[in-house]
Amino acid sequence: MNKKLKLATTSLAGCFGCHMSLLDLDERLLALVEHVEFDRSPLTDKKHLDHCDLGLIEGGVCNAENVEVLKDFRQHCDILIAMGACAINGGIPAMRNHFTLEECLKESYLDGIGITHPQIPNDAELPPLLNQVHPLQEVVKIDYFLPGCPLSADAIWHFFQALLQHKTADLSYTALHYD
Amino acid sequence: MNNTLCIDSQDISFESGQSIMQAACAAGVFIPHLCFHPDISPHGSCRLCMVQVDGRLLPACTTPAMAGQKIENNTDSLNAQRRLVTQMLFVEGDHICPGCEKTGNCQLQAVAYFLGLLEPGLPQMYPTRNIDASHADVLLDFNRCILCELCVRASREMDGKNVFAIGGRGQHAHIVINATSGRLKDSALSIEDRAVDVCPVGALMKKHQAYQKPIGQRFYDQNPIDQKGDANSHQRGEKT
Ligand code: SF4
Ligand code: SF4
Repeated sequence: MNKKLKLATTSLAGCFGCHMSLLDLDERLLALVEHVEFDRSPLTDKKHLDHCDLGLIEGGVCNAENVEVLKDFRQHCDILIAMGACAINGGIPAMRNHFTLEECLKESYLDGIGITHPQIPNDAELPPLLNQVHPLQEVVKIDYFLPGCPLSADAIWHFFQALLQHKTADLSYTALHYD
Repeated sequence: MNNTLCIDSQDISFESGQSIMQAACAAGVFIPHLCFHPDISPHGSCRLCMVQVDGRLLPACTTPAMAGQKIENNTDSLNAQRRLVTQMLFVEGDHICPGCEKTGNCQLQAVAYFLGLLEPGLPQMYPTRNIDASHADVLLDFNRCILCELCVRASREMDGKNVFAIGGRGQHAHIVINATSGRLKDSALSIEDRAVDVCPVGALMKKHQAYQKPIGQRFYDQNPIDQKGDANSHQRGEKT
């Protein structure tokens, strides 16, 4: 009778650190899956997104595929949550915003130290990079923000507990941090 | 005797000549602030300490304490305004905390935690400003400067040196350095200067001091700013 919440997660321009925190729930994951069913997520390897109650997004937006996935999540998820520093303000990847895309590519693939076969990757499979990295809320509406780099497993746990009780998560002092 | 005012229904006494901020600090009442320092003349620029004094919105750091004042401080509407001011400071600079040496010891961050800030709320401006790493002991990252003028005032009033000033207007306002080259290494700044200690954020910092405390033991890790006090009080007391 208690229908499980459907949850999708993805990592865009992130480092998977926030997904590691999701795994850091450890045995609490067992309690979580009593109430929550994973849809598209790196944890399920499901590629296609069905209608979900909740979408958790790690990382900001740095390429055309990120934009597409993010819009897909917005379309299919009732509540969309920006998880972690990069999703919220671009984070470390946004440090490239100080430079032009050309400068970044040249430094990474042509002129950088220790490069042996200098060439800029341009395979058709690779999504084109955006000129700048952007936080999620500059592309779609985001309903809630969970900061941290990465956010702690405790913050995720607290968020789900509040959600399941239909309350707004009120992070404790030590669970609210930007680093 | 008569020198009593009331902040959020708490009566506190003050000494003649004190500002509301000084009276509140002495009484252990926290009014959020970034550009105020107890030993430096007030500046009234960060706008975080705006309080409602007998119905009027005034900065606590530049408003004299007067007998009978009824002051609202820790209210939802004032804190909502403070959140907006703090968000503006975050988005107009480059505050990528995970990559900043000041994280965990930063007053801007601590104020944002106190106010429960979860998101920037405004479009990021991602400015590209310079870094002056020319000085042997001191680094200035303009990307994180919040123009509080504490270094300007500390250099002038405490160090008697006038190393810093603010130049430019509006969005182009920035710290300028008193040296013909405009660089820190050619200025009179020395690592002993109070100006180096007062920066509330990761803009003006001592070199070779980063990441000394593990996460969990940094100044603001366990307890909020209303209990811990200013970042620069700790900088003075603790480093080298
Ligand atoms: S100065 Fe403070 S708020 Fe800015 S990046 Fe550094 S730690 Fe974060
Ligand atoms: S360098 Fe630091 S102390 Fe100086 S104005 Fe900027 S933020 Fe304030």
